[in-house]
Amino acid sequence: MYSEKVMDHFEHPRNVGEINDASGSGTVGNAKCGDIMKMDIKVEDNIITDVKFKTFGCCAAVATSSMATEMVKGKSVDEALELTNKAVAEALDGLPPVKMHCSLLAEQAIHAAVDDYKKKQGK
Amino acid sequence: MNKIIYMDNAATTATRPEVLEKMLPYFTEHYGNPSSIHSVGRDARKAVEKARRQVAEAIGAEPREIYFTAGGSESDNWAIRCASAALEKKGKHIITTAIEHHAVLHTCAALEKKGYRVTYLPVDGDGRVDPEDVRKAICDDTVLITVMAANNEIGTLEPIKEIGQIAKETGVLFHTDAVQAVGAIPIDVNDWNVDMLSMSGHKFHGPKGIGVLYIRKGVKIGNLIYGGAQERGLRAGTENLPAIVGIGEAIEIAVKELPEYTAKMTSLRDQLIDGILAEIPECRLNGHRTLRLPANCNVSIRYIEGESLLMRLDLAGIEGSSGSACTSGSLDPSHVLLAIGLPHEIAHGSLRLSLGTENTQQDVEKVLKELPGIVKNLRSMSPLTPENLK
Repeated sequence: MYSEKVMDHFEHPRNVGEINDASGSGTVGNAKCGDIMKMDIKVEDNIITDVKFKTFGCCAAVATSSMATEMVKGKSVDEALELTNKAVAEALDGLPPVKMHCSLLAEQAIHAAVDDYKKKQGK
Repeated sequence: MNKIIYMDNAATTATRPEVLEKMLPYFTEHYGNPSSIHSVGRDARKAVEKARRQVAEAIGAEPREIYFTAGGSESDNWAIRCASAALEKKGKHIITTAIEHHAVLHTCAALEKKGYRVTYLPVDGDGRVDPEDVRKAICDDTVLITVMAANNEIGTLEPIKEIGQIAKETGVLFHTDAVQAVGAIPIDVNDWNVDMLSMSGHKFHGPKGIGVLYIRKGVKIGNLIYGGAQERGLRAGTENLPAIVGIGEAIEIAVKELPEYTAKMTSLRDQLIDGILAEIPECRLNGHRTLRLPANCNVSIRYIEGESLLMRLDLAGIEGSSGSACTSGSLDPSHVLLAIGLPHEIAHGSLRLSLGTENTQQDVEKVLKELPGIVKNLRSMSPLTPENLK
């Protein structure tokens, strides 16, 4: 059902945790639907230098969170906003169709964290 | 590779080797069509009728009340669709419960679209239906009551005998889906006062693709499949001979071994339940503590999601199942867990471990050793977990 890459990121998720002095953070999804993702980003000179996540959800939700953190780390905040759920799914060698909404959640979580960062910058 | 600990026997069981052995000659040696009049056909006919007697004896029925089908879902469909159609002139009201198997619920939903009224009775927090609710729901136009004998997810046993009594008193036809109950608890169709009963071979170490619908003599429910004269003309089609032999053998063994099975399963189940509740904080048992299937353990573990839990257990060589949305292919968690009053987020974190005859004390110990660590790990990465549980 799941690709080897999905299983690898599920078994050994990268960047799990929280950033205490996060530049931005976002939480998406809800427990009712069985999926919640929280992303924290650390931004220095417009570059995402660190990113951590916590996820309540299925195997695909954990794997997409993990992959998304790897994909935005080292990128500028605007580059991070260009990350699509399709790109995350492709990087994992695909997801079963019923699990595509999990990758959407990962995209939304990154967006929410960046939006939060931009809002804080605007102040 | 570690030994796999299979604890998903409510989903399906392994066919017993001694059952398979009895089945094999009916593929290659005694392959006759039971409808043929020559000796090869007659041998096949004898085998079918022996199996019919074995099944009848196991549930206190007469052989002519046993009809072979392709499984539990077919039996449920036949009972509900054809009984309601046969009684259409009397009325269009069916009584069932909110926690039935989808083979019953979706059949009822299809009948609603055809103009039937269906009452879905609620259950209490343990998943038990109140027989008095059944009585109160009966109207002049009620044609059928269908209540499961034991729930497939949470293992709760329903008061079938009491409901059977009410059905008898009020003259309403009573069907029970006993797919999980056959081979797990004693069954007597006369003691229970059921008119129809569904079962499935692969739930009690028989083969897949074979089931039975018991139909009490005198109850007319009409044809499921038109064609030849098989199954008293009600379910046409050449019999699935090897599988029929298999279900007959499997049920005979299951009933013979029931006392031993009950003692062993209940003991392992209770160790599993008590162990999990003691080792894992913020965890609850789903289903009735004692009025439950001897082999069923179902718990909800807060702050984690069922599919992740199943995958982690699978990696540790432990096979279970869950009522989370992600394992059901929809966005909603199990209708059974919602019906017993669990909020969505707790229903998503459910784990069902259903034991089988192959399971041992060591298996239970292994689960109790592995599960708390897996839960702790998943909770450590959950944004919902309170500080003290991280």
